[in-house]
This record gives sequence, C-alpha cells and structure tokens, in this order.
Amino acid sequence: MDPMDPMDTPTQTADAPPRTLRPSPAEQKRAARGATRPGDRIFLGLSRGSGILLLVIMAAIAVFLTYRAALALSKDDANFLTAFEWNTGLVPPKFGIAVLAFGTVVSSIIAMVIAVPIAVAIALFLTHYAPRRLSGPIAYVIDLLAAVPSIVYGLWGALILVPHMNGLFGWLDDYLGWTGVFSWDQGPPRSMLTVGVLLAIMILPIITNVSREVFRQVPRTHEEAALALGATRWEVVRMAVLPFGRSGVISASMLGLGRALGETMAVATVLSPDFDLHASLLNSGGGTFAQNIASKFSEATEFGRDALIASGLVLFVITLLVNGAARAIIARRKEYSGAHA
Amino acid sequence: MSTAAVVTGKHAGSLRGARLPKWAPLAIAAVSIALGLGISAAAGLHSKIQWALIAALLHVVGTYGIAARVEGRRQAKDRVATSLVWVAFLLAVVPLASLVWSTVRRGVKVLDLYFLTHSMGVVADSEPGGGIYHAIIGSLEQIGLATLIGAPIGVLTAIYLVEYGRGRLAKSVTFFVDVMTGIPSIVAGLFILSIMLMLDLQPFGFAGSLALAILMMPVVVRSTEEMLKLVPNELREASLALGVPKWRTILKVVLPTSIGGITTGIMLAVARIAGETAPVLLLVFGNPFINNNPFEGAQASLPLYIYQQYSQSAGSPHAFNRAWAASLTLIAFVMILNLAARGIARWKAPKTGR
Amino acid sequence: MKLQRKNRLRTLSLGAVAVCGALALSACGSDDTGGKDGGSGNSTANASSIKCDNAKGQLLADGSSAQKNAIDAWVKQFSAACGVQINYKGGGSGAGVTAFTQGQVAFAGSDSALKPEEVTASKKVCSGGQGIDLPMVGGPIAVGYNVPGVDHLVLDAPTLAKIFDSKITNWNDGAIKKLNPNAKLPNLKIQAFHRSDESGTTDNFTKYLKAATPENWPYSGGKAWQAKGGQSAPQSSGVAQQVKQTSGAIGYFELSYAKDGIKTVDIDTGAASPVKATVANASKAIADAKVVGTGKDLSLQLNYKTKADNAYPIVLVTYEIVCDKGNKPATLAATKAFLRYIAGEDGQKILEQNDYAPIPDAIISKVRSTIETLS
Repeated sequence: MDPMDPMDTPTQTADAPPRTLRPSPAEQKRAARGATRPGDRIFLGLSRGSGILLLVIMAAIAVFLTYRAALALSKDDANFLTAFEWNTGLVPPKFGIAVLAFGTVVSSIIAMVIAVPIAVAIALFLTHYAPRRLSGPIAYVIDLLAAVPSIVYGLWGALILVPHMNGLFGWLDDYLGWTGVFSWDQGPPRSMLTVGVLLAIMILPIITNVSREVFRQVPRTHEEAALALGATRWEVVRMAVLPFGRSGVISASMLGLGRALGETMAVATVLSPDFDLHASLLNSGGGTFAQNIASKFSEATEFGRDALIASGLVLFVITLLVNGAARAIIARRKEYSGAHA
Repeated sequence: MSTAAVVTGKHAGSLRGARLPKWAPLAIAAVSIALGLGISAAAGLHSKIQWALIAALLHVVGTYGIAARVEGRRQAKDRVATSLVWVAFLLAVVPLASLVWSTVRRGVKVLDLYFLTHSMGVVADSEPGGGIYHAIIGSLEQIGLATLIGAPIGVLTAIYLVEYGRGRLAKSVTFFVDVMTGIPSIVAGLFILSIMLMLDLQPFGFAGSLALAILMMPVVVRSTEEMLKLVPNELREASLALGVPKWRTILKVVLPTSIGGITTGIMLAVARIAGETAPVLLLVFGNPFINNNPFEGAQASLPLYIYQQYSQSAGSPHAFNRAWAASLTLIAFVMILNLAARGIARWKAPKTGR
Repeated sequence: MKLQRKNRLRTLSLGAVAVCGALALSACGSDDTGGKDGGSGNSTANASSIKCDNAKGQLLADGSSAQKNAIDAWVKQFSAACGVQINYKGGGSGAGVTAFTQGQVAFAGSDSALKPEEVTASKKVCSGGQGIDLPMVGGPIAVGYNVPGVDHLVLDAPTLAKIFDSKITNWNDGAIKKLNPNAKLPNLKIQAFHRSDESGTTDNFTKYLKAATPENWPYSGGKAWQAKGGQSAPQSSGVAQQVKQTSGAIGYFELSYAKDGIKTVDIDTGAASPVKATVANASKAIADAKVVGTGKDLSLQLNYKTKADNAYPIVLVTYEIVCDKGNKPATLAATKAFLRYIAGEDGQKILEQNDYAPIPDAIISKVRSTIETLS
C-alpha cells in the first residue's frame, strides 16, 4: 500500500501531547510515520516489506491448499463434512472429517481447560509467590521444557504416561461413569482424555513462559500503590497484575491452542484412533486432523495426499475462527497496551 | 511464602491485626495429608488420587477456616490463593520432572563420544552401535538457516505492526500472522514440497529450512509484537521529543528495552522448529550417512532421527536407547542455545524495575 | 549506532553460531562402517562375491517398512564391498511408490504390485519404459497374542475374522474353545489391535481373510483398516509393542516383530495339523504363487487358501520397483549392482537369518535375468 494511504492513521505516538510546529497536516502525518529522513524511509520499507512477504507466503499456501483440496473434493463419494470414514483407496473414494473435527476440538478443549489455569498460576507463582532464589532456576527449566520436541513428549506419553492413566480412569469411571462422558470399557487408556492431558502438559510451558514475561512487565508502581492501600497479595494480583496481563495471557493461550490444534507426533503415538464418534472421553477411538494427516500420509497416493490436504484446509479454517474470536477479546482490552502503562 | 509479611500471634493488637504463625500453612498441610490418609485408609480407598484429593480439599477448607477465624476473610482468601498457586505448581512439576528424568536416565545409556562423532552409516536400526553425528550436523545447519531467514523477517514485521502500521495492511498482516500460527507443520512441508516438485528438485537440507522458517515467522512476530507493546510510550515520546529520528528511536530505545523478551520469543521459535519432524521427513528425506552440504543431497536431523529410531526399529531396545540419547542431545543443544541467548540478553538489556 | 549493531548481531549470532559450529564440527565426525561390533559376522566372506561394476555415489530409496530389516542387512554387506551409500527410508509402500513416480528415488519397495494408474504415472519418470515389480523378499505375517496362562493358541480363518471384526469379544468364547480344547482360556476381554496408518501389512492380512473366509469378512480390503471397533496403533512396531503391554491383546505384524516373548497363533488351514508362523512354512506358501505380471513385470498372485501341510497362508511379498528402461544414468550402475546382489544367492541367503522368506528358485531366476536387462 502507498505510504500516504489515507487509511493509515498516525501511530499512537502522533497523539502524544508534545506536537511539533509543522504546518501542513500531510507533512505532520509523514513526520509521525517518521518517513522524512532516508534512514526512516529505508527502515519503514524493510519492515513493511517483511509484513508484505508474510502475506505473500500465506496467500501462496492458501491458494495451494485450496487448489489441491478442490482436486480431492471433486471426487469424494461421501459427504466430506459428515462421513465417518476415511478411505481414499476405494473406487470411488470415500472420506469425511466429522470424527477429526470432533476429536481436534475436544482434545484441545481438554488441554486448554487443564493448562491455562495451571499455567497462569505457575506464572504468578514465579513472579509473585516463589522465593526469588527458586524462581530463576524454575523459570529457566520451564523455558527448556517449552523446547522439548513433541516427538519426545510422544515417546514419554506412550511409554510412561499411558500406563499411569489406568488409576485415574478407574476412579473417573467409578464416580463419574454415570455421566457417560467418563465411562470406561477397561481398554488401554489410549483415548481422547489421555491426549488432552498430554497436550496440556506440552503447552503448559509455552503459556507459562509468555504469561510470566507479561506479568513481569506489570508496572511496579501499580503494585506498590495497591500494597500501600493495604491490599493482600491476592488482591494485588487480582486488581493490578491480572488486568494488566490479560491480553498477554490470551495471546499466550492462543499460542498454546495453536500448538494443541496442530500437534501431530505426540497425538499419533498416544491415541488409538478409529473413525467413529465416542461419547466417552475414556474409551479409545476418535482422531485429530494433524494425527490423521501424519498417520495416513506415508502410505497415501497422490490423490490420498490431496484428500489429507483438504482436511488440513479445514484445520486451517478452524484456527482462523478461533483466532478471530481471540482477536475480538483482545481488541476490547487494548487500553492495556504500553500506551497507558 | 517466605517473603510474606507474617508476624506471629504475639503481636496481635498492634496495627497489623492478628496473624497466623509462620509455620501455620505447613502445619495445616501436614495435618490435612495425615487426615486424608487416615480417612482413605478407614474407608478402604485404594486410589492415590483419592487420597490426594481428600487431602487437598481438607487443606483448602482448613486454611480458609482457620485463617478466616484468626485473620479475617480477606487474609483467608489470600492464603487460599497462595496455596492454590503452590498446588498448581507442584501438580505441573510432576509430569515435567518425570519427562526430564526418564529422558536423562534412558538417554545416558549410549550417549558417549563415539555416539556423538559417528553417523549411523551402515548400522541397521535394530543393532547396537552407530551415532547421531550426521543428525546433529543436519539439525544445526537447517535450524541455523531457518533462523537466519525467519527471525529478521519476524522481528521486522512485528516492528512494522507496532511502530508503523495502523492501516488495512497492518490489520491483514496481524490477522494472517494469527492464522499462520495455526498452520500444521506438515502443511508447510507440503507447500515447499509442491514447489520442489514443480522445479524437479531432489530432497535437500535447505528445503527443510524454508519450511521451518515459515513455521518460525509467526511465532517470532507474535512474541516480539507483545514485547514491543509493553515498552512504555513515554520512552518513545522522550526520544522523539529530543529530535531523534524514529528509526533510531526504535533501534536505540524500543528494541533494547524489549530485547530480553524478543530473545525469549526467538528462542521459543527456535525451540519449536528444532523439534519439527514432519517437514524434515518430507523435504530432507533423512540420511544415515554424513552430508555437510545443506544445499545438495539428503540430510538427517535430530527429531527425524528420533522418530525413525522409534518407529522403524521393530521395538529394538538398542534403537530406543539411541532415540532417548538423541532426545537428550537435542534438549541439551536447545539448552546451550538458550543459555547463550539469555546471557547476551542479560548483559545488554537495560535494567528494569526487577 | 553502537547499540543497533549489537542488536542485529544478537539475532544473527544465533544462526551464525549454529552454522559455524556445524562447519567446525564437520572435521571430526565419521560414518560408522559397522566394524565396531554387533554385525552379522559373515560380512567379509560375502563381500568378495559382490560385483560392483562402476557403482558409486549415493542411492536414494524409499518404501515398505516390512522389508526394512532385510534391506539394512543387505546394505551393510553391499556398502562394505562397493563403497556405495544406500539410503533406504522405510516410509511405507505408498510413500515409496509416490516418491518413485515423482522421480525422487532410484527404486522403491512396495508390499503390493503397482496399480495400473501408478504404472501410467511411472512412464513420466522412466523415459521410454515403465515401472516394473520385482519380487525380492517374502515373509509371514504373524498373529501375536497376549493371554495370561495360554502358551499355545490355534485359530482358523473364520474365528480370526470374527475376532478382528469385534464379533467375538471374549477369550472364553465357544469358537476359540473348540479349537483349543486343552487351553485354559480366561474370562478376558479381547483387545484386537490393527494398524492406524495405511499399510501393506493390513492389505495382505485382510486379503487373506477375504480369500479364506469371505462370509465372515464383508469388507473390500485395501491398505486402510475397514472393520469397526478394536484398538489401533501406528506401524508394526507400535502394534507389537501394544500387544506386549496389553493383557488380552491380539494383533498382526511381520514375523520379525514377534520378539521378546510375544507368542504367535498357529493357523488351522485344514491341513493335517495347525501351521506355525515360521520362515520355512511361509516359503512353502509362497512357492505356490503364480507370476501374473506381463512383460518384464513379475508381480505374483499368492494362494491364500492353501491347504498343503506346513504351508503358512498369511504371507506377504515385497517388490522392488524400478524402471525397465530409462533409469537415471547416474544411478543405473549402482541400482543394478545392488539388485543383482540382493537377488543373488548370497543376498537371498541372508533373508532367513533375519526372519524373512527367500523367493522360490523358479521365480527368483526370472528376477535375475530381468535385472540384467535393466537400462
């Protein structure tokens, strides 16, 4: 876009009180963008170019996905949105994403429900509760855990977490089995709930990390003011820390959700998938988009790959919707950006 | 809890009001654990989860009850919040510690100098011997190249969004960065693969780097954006008011203030791509032999190596040991990188409040 | 300016450190040539008999994971003799065929013969020729189980089909009891494991069920599992691992995965006595196979309904897929030399040591003469 595009309103700094004495509004605007000197122009060009490059990449991926997906969908003999089957080798092929969409959403919801409160609590613990000597090393260890590759989580999940889920499953079945959601047929605990728990463990360090970074930025003065008024520590957290960090926490959660929605290897090693909907979270079965792509990909023919890409496109759209919702929430909290800190 | 301003009960009647003694939370915890065990044993419950749950419940109720009696409702709430935060922390430590512990314990079995300096060569997956040298080389080169591409583009985009962009372009970039975060790694891999097929190219390391860079960019943009937003506007205004050009304000004031957070963000992004298996599988193919050239020929990478040792080895214990050892190496590699970045960040970053 | 340069440096240094580190390291590593230990000790004896011709460089190949262990053993011998690096990735038959038709690999391994549309696709890559199937490795698909207290189990095709179709759900079912009058079958839920990924093993296993007992197996077959219910796991090693861990489990995988205490089912084929899953018994069944490929293609039709004594009916044959004409000149010599070696007597002999079945003489001799004509 043209640098003088009227849609480009001045940056926040332009609204700052100490206005300079430049006469024309156009010149003022240009000054606000900082585009008056050669250095400024080059820098603006570079950063704007990066942004545009990102858009170009996205467009290329989207076009490619849609094109390949369209090739597959035109030959699908089943209803793509509702069929409980994935068999691209048949003539004519039948495949549908109902089970995958359900599994992806359910496992991510479980992961978020477990991970977000705990991650926020740990971030608070590290910034406001833990002894200083303890919080540094722990923060570092959590940084590291965010770096553990998903294949390692998968290995650990399959070999160590799954055997340990038996107890929890038995207990849930005993007390909550009547709900149907937590009934268990005593099969191996390689189910959606286990996947959700593993995903929660995986995204916990990421959400913690970013939340902690945000909580650390809370202006000291806000907290001191609250303390001076006699607030307890919890009241400081509730009134000064959490409101300030909210948009950061939401953004962190979205990062975590992005990873949970698209997680591949860890789900593939832990879940025992099939193409059926199961009301119970404890019985094995179900599947997720990414897991299905990974496990079907290697043996897929050219056409099978196109079908998998079509399912990838749906995952893409789901992420889009989720992010749209998140943006709406963040937009309402804009006043907590640095401008009013 | 050690930093809490806790005064013993003897000082009751002073301005600060009655306080529980310092040892009270621990005592309540001990009593509730004992009670939890006692009740469970009496009722004949076997599940450890039941014991823990009963104990935790007793602890929260006990803390609230006692604190509310002695210190008042507000203090009681504070104490409950404190113990909940501690519980959340302990709860999260268990699986994460187990993960680290099992990786280290199983990883050290075959991790030695020979393992680090030799490739798999002709060693079959089910046999002992071999090493990960080829995978280390592959990973370092692919990740390094991806970071060289992804990090500058990501940081510049974030600067554009926070410092310049307010128009339609900025809005759409923000939006699509969000969408891009959700791209499954395998889709990014497929995208590059389709280009490679069009150009009739054989698998090579740099193709993997391109896919990894695509995965890296949105993560860098997101975290950098968040960190830049936290830089107080007063700083920018002060610099601009002194007549400093905007670009130098950004480079000299805004970036140094937020460099710690930005570095952490880039590290997170490197961490994310260092563990990616799927795009490497498609684009770099894997290779049991050493290939130092990322621009020609199939290469290996650590996550791909781990995956292949895990999935294609007929469950051979030798292969599992190598997989754990490679995991340990990968984690150590990220740790060293992380340490270096933190060192630089701490050394350079201006001092903030804490 | 000073600060700015350092900022830039900070970002760049991460990448630069990685690349420089890699270059610095590259001086001190070396390829493992298998000399250390653990190899099958006959490497030097065979090496001399391998004809290398002008083979050199590196050969990329991809395909069936079923023959991965066999290829590993072959590569060790061949590399030692000729110095050619053979990079076989067991990504799966489908991946192999796809990579082959896209011209990314010199040859592919597949558990099923090329389909007509795949042959058409291969013509793009093989200038003037097409992809052909060369049967090279045979092997039994074992049915492993984990039932406490049962060391010996006999099943027939209908019972097997009903178990994997969730019609028989308990180990003390009458049908199983009838076949195993002496076994102490517990009251235990059956956990039937199938592959969660698409697989040539699934394809061959269900082909057997469909051929041997069509009334109990109403599905069309193919690489994807179609029956409802049951548990699933990725890859043969995943299924084997789950069978080992899970009480009451039953699953299917190549015999070489049935290690570490996994017991295998004997199949009641109607022969004089139930047949064990062994290499020798599988070879007997494969000997019954007929060549159905046309021209240079040597794809086989297996006889799943065999009732011959000691012929184990659940088998699969892995083909190496190459171009009959129009192989890439750069890799032709190495491909030919490698295929000549693995189809030769020495190559086929190694198979038995690794739980695979050699291809019967009548067929392998045709394979050998076909390899000589590759161009």
